[in-house]
Amino acid sequence: MIKAILIFNNHGKPRLSKFYEHYTEDTEQQIIRETFHLVSKRDENVCNFLEGGLLIGGSDNKLIYRHYATLYFVFCVDSSESELGILDLIQVFVETLDKCFENVCELDLIFHMDKVHNILAEMVMGGMVLETNMSEIITQAEAQSKMEKSEICAFLSLCRPLSFSVPDRTGRRRPGLLELQHAPYRPSRT
Amino acid sequence: MPAPIRLRELIRTIRTARTQAEEREMIQKECAAIRSSFGEEDNTYRCRNVAKLLYMHMLGYPAHFGQLECLKLIASQKFTDKRIGYLGAMLLLDERQDVHLLMTNCIKNDLNHSTQYVQGLALCTLGCMGSSEMCRDLAGEVEKLLKTSNSYLRKKAALCAVHVIRKVPELMEMFLPATKNLLSEKNHGVLHTSVVLLTEMCERSPDMLSHFRKLVPQLVRILKNLIMSGYSPEHDVSGISDPFLQVRILRLLRILGKGDDDSSEAMNDILAQVATNTETSKNVGNAILYETVLTIMDIKSESGLRVLAVNILGRFLLNNDKNIRYVALTSLLKTVQADHNAVQRHRSTIVDCLKDLDVSIKRRAMELSFALVNGNNIRGMMKELLYFLDSCDPEFKADCASGIFLAAEKYAPSKRWHIDTIMRVLTTAGSYVRDDSVPNLIQLITNSVEMHAYTVQRLYKALLDDISQQPLVQVASWCIGEYGDLLVSGQCEEEEPIQVSEDEVLDVLEGLLVSNLSAPVTRGYSLTAIMKLSTRFSSVNRIKKVVSIYGSSIDVELQQRAVEYNALFKKYDHMRPALLERMPIMEKSATNGPAEIVQTNGETDAPILDTKHPPNIPQPISQANDLLDLLGGNDVVPVIQTTAPTKPASAGGELLDLLGDLSLTGGPAPTPAPSVPMSQPPFLLDGLTSQPLFNDIGAGIPPMTAYNKNGLKIEFTFERSNPNPNIAVITIHATNTTEVDMTEFVFQAAVPKTFQLQLLSPSSNVVPALNQGSVTQVIRVLNPQKQQLRMRIKLTYTHKGSPVQDLAEVNNFPPQSWQ
Repeated sequence: MIKAILIFNNHGKPRLSKFYEHYTEDTEQQIIRETFHLVSKRDENVCNFLEGGLLIGGSDNKLIYRHYATLYFVFCVDSSESELGILDLIQVFVETLDKCFENVCELDLIFHMDKVHNILAEMVMGGMVLETNMSEIITQAEAQSKMEKSEICAFLSLCRPLSFSVPDRTGRRRPGLLELQHAPYRPSRT
Repeated sequence: MPAPIRLRELIRTIRTARTQAEEREMIQKECAAIRSSFGEEDNTYRCRNVAKLLYMHMLGYPAHFGQLECLKLIASQKFTDKRIGYLGAMLLLDERQDVHLLMTNCIKNDLNHSTQYVQGLALCTLGCMGSSEMCRDLAGEVEKLLKTSNSYLRKKAALCAVHVIRKVPELMEMFLPATKNLLSEKNHGVLHTSVVLLTEMCERSPDMLSHFRKLVPQLVRILKNLIMSGYSPEHDVSGISDPFLQVRILRLLRILGKGDDDSSEAMNDILAQVATNTETSKNVGNAILYETVLTIMDIKSESGLRVLAVNILGRFLLNNDKNIRYVALTSLLKTVQADHNAVQRHRSTIVDCLKDLDVSIKRRAMELSFALVNGNNIRGMMKELLYFLDSCDPEFKADCASGIFLAAEKYAPSKRWHIDTIMRVLTTAGSYVRDDSVPNLIQLITNSVEMHAYTVQRLYKALLDDISQQPLVQVASWCIGEYGDLLVSGQCEEEEPIQVSEDEVLDVLEGLLVSNLSAPVTRGYSLTAIMKLSTRFSSVNRIKKVVSIYGSSIDVELQQRAVEYNALFKKYDHMRPALLERMPIMEKSATNGPAEIVQTNGETDAPILDTKHPPNIPQPISQANDLLDLLGGNDVVPVIQTTAPTKPASAGGELLDLLGDLSLTGGPAPTPAPSVPMSQPPFLLDGLTSQPLFNDIGAGIPPMTAYNKNGLKIEFTFERSNPNPNIAVITIHATNTTEVDMTEFVFQAAVPKTFQLQLLSPSSNVVPALNQGSVTQVIRVLNPQKQQLRMRIKLTYTHKGSPVQDLAEVNNFPPQSWQ
């Protein structure tokens, strides 16, 4: 079972935090801090597995992490999950985000936190892996966004027009997460 | 009131904050705005506000006031609202808030909604944070959705069912019928989650396990299709078709095949196929192989397959990828118990991993190395491990040191090697060694009799180099105290003897006393060592001076010791040599429970093994006083001995309350660590085990009646044990002439200080009435000074319902019993 999924940047600022087991708010923040502390100390060419800190459940739990550009993706799992499998899962997650956001980078995650949550909800549910097929996940996520958009349009047509906020994208192309990742291999893009 | 700002705006604003304080200010302002907006009960902007609240929650700010708003959003009809509402519920709510129960109705309605996405949202939320009450209420709905043909919903329902089962295990049966055709799905998502559901059910209930065993052929078929099928773009990850599903199926096969021959049989082929055909250049392939290896190890596979598995692990160990090596070490650790020999083959690779830079790998390699140590490879392994101990991080040193000690103890090829190894550990990682190793080491050193001179010499040299490592210093000072005479006389055969004078030794020990580096315990050790040397060295005056100085030390422990030693010099000088004799060999006692009865009479080299002088003096002093009270205060010698009565452990004998705590609790251990229950003077049992207590009939010593009152008669019969004429073995026979049994009969005895007494356990504690039987008990008395035997006895029993207690003195021992 996956106990928690955390995404934070190189300075420890959380970009996404989802816990599948219950902790108080303070504990959650402490876990994020402690995890950042453990993970940031790691060298580039060591293995991606860490025995977890004391807070997040002790001896049975491991931290499995990957570092992409400025972000750390950390999954805290217990012994029932395959460690190598979780590494692949992280890769699939990042690739899915890449497809959804077109060359995803940290800013995308910052400004579209809810969208990331929605995508994650299609992949992992209740601490267990729900779907690993990228296209399937994306299809579902997009269908739901379409539903939302149609509602907003319907709503707007009833009210006075409000200004739309355009997603914060400049014209130039920023290098995406996957291009700057430090993972040892690139997945084959079909 | 202006429309609340959007989430993006908020995020942009917060990012412009330069300091934490600024950020806090902005957030507080926004929180206030959100709160007032909630207060206005405005439906239009609630969604936006909650989204902002969730963002602030992620940053770490309190957001509990949004919980009820989430519920209102969930109840709304709009999809957007519901979505944010459910997300908020998952992030902010949990079982401990009562509010969450209000969701139950909403979720129930949404589970039956016409739009699949709404149903999906409800399932997701229930599966993430549903409490047991909610699960109980909604399990029926989930079960219905498990049977639907919509694959999107089916897979979510399956995982939701897993959550329900985890929360409320009794509901497992309810989902059983729905699982019938789960595996015939084509959709991989559903397959995957179904396998998870089946795995959960099998793990929880053995009945389910046997029920699902019949699915093994089907699972094997699915796996085969996955491997054999060509390239399929949807499920492909790095060239392998749906590795996640493969891994899940392998795991389920592992659980199903464990302990069951038929299933294991059915799986053998497919496992061999997967193991040989999977491409290992990418992480995915290795993930599958790893899972396969674990499965092969757990089920009853044929031996060829097991060898294949271990070889795969061996290959993993050589892989450049650290992750793979880590995983290999972990699984080898699991299999080393079962397939020890196979893992031994990879020993050199594992030992190389000790030198890896990665902390996680080093730790695994260390644990595995300890598991692999055996009698054959002990020398080589120990070299590597000692090298590792030198160079590793402090967090490892304690574990490594303990492991080395354990391994050395089990497999040491020779005593000298053992001591050398210990010395090496103490000098390199001395400060990290665990506290309980000090007494163990001391015990080890005393036992290797022929190495005493060598040991003390080496320890002395180590002490000259470095006095900062406390365990080393403690062991060294103890040894110097014990074997100082060997040190000074320069009698070492093993290596070049060094020339040390008594003054130099005393200098070193005094240096320990004054040094700032010494812990209080260490100071205690060195003071005692100096004291012991007073019988072994000739420069007694110097020792007297040192001891008297510390009589006014601030440290209470030191002060007490010094005062008592002083007393020893002044008033009780005649006892000093006896007290400070060499320690006998200590038997290794069990860590729990009383010490074994020791029988090593002939082995120690020192002269008569007499009383011990425990470094822990205060206890005996108070105990001796108890004894004095008892015996009426004659021969006022504050006995600083721990007199003999051991807990006759194997006989489970009673301890004598009479003699107070006079060392009866297995002795205040002669070693400072109170946790080591020391076994007492060996001579009492003279090399005998508990069985034959005395080996010859006493040469006709007449029995005597010791006590005869109130119907209770106690008779003593005597034997002299052969090997040691100083020991008299007395058997008491207690008989009862009254009409009523005497129950809870306890016999206790005390002797003057010059004797030592051991009481074995009685035959029973009921003395039957009318002389129908008797209670017998054996007493052994050591009388080295051949003084007249006197004894005071105490009897307690219950007679006719009331407890009776009596004291008596026994003086009429026949001369043959003690001469």
